[in-house]
Amino acid sequence: MTNALRSQFPILTPGLAYLDSAATAQMPLAVLDAVRSFETTSRANVKRGVHRLAEAATDAYAAARRDVAAYLGVPASEIVFTSGCTAALNLVAHSFGALMKPGDAVLLSGLEHHSNLVPWQMLTARSGIELRFLDVDADGRIDLSGLESKLDARVKLVSLAHVSNVTGAVLDVAAVVAAASEVGARVLLDGAQRAPHGPLDLKALGVDFYAFGGHKVFAPHGVGVLWARAELLDAMPPFLGGGEMIAQVELTHSTWAAAPAKFEAGTPPIGAAIGLGAACRWLGALPWADIAANEQHLCQRLLDGLGATPGVRVLGPQSLQARVPVVSFALEGAHPHDICQIMDSAGVALRGGHHCAQPLHKRFDLAGTTRASLALYSDDSDIDAFFAGLAKARKILL
Amino acid sequence: MSDAIYHDAILALAKDRRHAGRLDAPTHSHTSDNPLCGDRVTIDVDRAADGTVRRIGHFVRGCVLCQAAAAALAASVEGQGATAFAAAETALARVLAGENSPENGIWAAFSPVARHTSRLDCVRLPLVAAKPVFEA
Repeated sequence: MTNALRSQFPILTPGLAYLDSAATAQMPLAVLDAVRSFETTSRANVKRGVHRLAEAATDAYAAARRDVAAYLGVPASEIVFTSGCTAALNLVAHSFGALMKPGDAVLLSGLEHHSNLVPWQMLTARSGIELRFLDVDADGRIDLSGLESKLDARVKLVSLAHVSNVTGAVLDVAAVVAAASEVGARVLLDGAQRAPHGPLDLKALGVDFYAFGGHKVFAPHGVGVLWARAELLDAMPPFLGGGEMIAQVELTHSTWAAAPAKFEAGTPPIGAAIGLGAACRWLGALPWADIAANEQHLCQRLLDGLGATPGVRVLGPQSLQARVPVVSFALEGAHPHDICQIMDSAGVALRGGHHCAQPLHKRFDLAGTTRASLALYSDDSDIDAFFAGLAKARKILL
Repeated sequence: MSDAIYHDAILALAKDRRHAGRLDAPTHSHTSDNPLCGDRVTIDVDRAADGTVRRIGHFVRGCVLCQAAAAALAASVEGQGATAFAAAETALARVLAGENSPENGIWAAFSPVARHTSRLDCVRLPLVAAKPVFEA
């Protein structure tokens, strides 16, 4: 199964063990072809032109929105294309934040990516919103035992990572949604690290907002998705102003287009969105049970091998339960960047550093970790290369 | 090969502990961070009235390159002054631009890093931390 999938990724040539998919996943031919086809046959700006290229581009862009919506199980009118997951989270912080008043609160956690932390800090600075935080337990999971004490009527939003980009831990969404609904708080999930690991049914999750980036789900850079319930999109003011997001413009004031256009000022990332639509169609046709079994097998190999390596400390769940194959570790006496550099010479692509999660690393008294992150195209040869490279790094550095 | 960075001279510098650690009662001290990776370097110096560096200490939370650069910096400026620091800056800039020169001295060991854009700041961080110390 993996061989058939892997062969669809031209960049995955022999000698490359690409274990940095949590940073950017590679693109299959289905996506590359869709982008190339658009850029070579239909490239034009969308919505305003009446020439045939503009019509084709507009149709393709609208079709991409429908493809993304179908993959997520939501109406296309609730899909906002952004420049990425970070932009989607900032949009909510700005526009939902505009509906909040001083004294209201947002509940976050100690393991959030900076993209789901800094925008809220910025909102606090300009609006007097209180930030509250759920702790992180020893397994690298959000400690939900604090939900009851941290939630009250002042909390208007709970914004959490669906999956940690460092520990790979999967959030118990049902518990969060149940607790948030008790106090009338909305729930936003940063789905950047969950979206690449299988279909999502956003309505079934019961959340109010969901954000992820295209390049994590085998699509181009420069596009992301914010899904939100229609009533929220209707209630929220726009984030960015400009062309395409207006109904009428006068010299001194303007009125807004209906969502999602209201949140898509300016020329959108058209080709990238079309690539994302193609990725969602492609993802929707994959054998996910087989993929999940393969990812779990490889993740177990990583956990077992790292557990048997002297001086290694895995930052995250030690079991496969409620985790994705994103495995971060510290090797005593070796810096993550040195490990990554040496392993690159062994053909292994990893990520080292704080992974834009400095508070989480501080929680574990670490400045950074080395992260191996798998995707649906990963196979045993990647894990073999990983441990051969790690042995080389240990030999040089320790 | 990207592991060419980790040759014997670099590893030896990184393991050189002669100036490692904080100084007691430094006359000048400064800390700098690399925001991309979270690495941190503190440079302490004890300078005489004429600016001469009587003692220098570095505290590095960083990679091999950062540790090696801190050691190279300490070796370059101990017993000397701001002119030696400026010369070190110039030599490192040359090395990281891929320029060979007999005046590169100890910094020539970092030549393989010039091909790795993402690692340049690892080498620069100790000098970034030291600059305010020598400008004071």
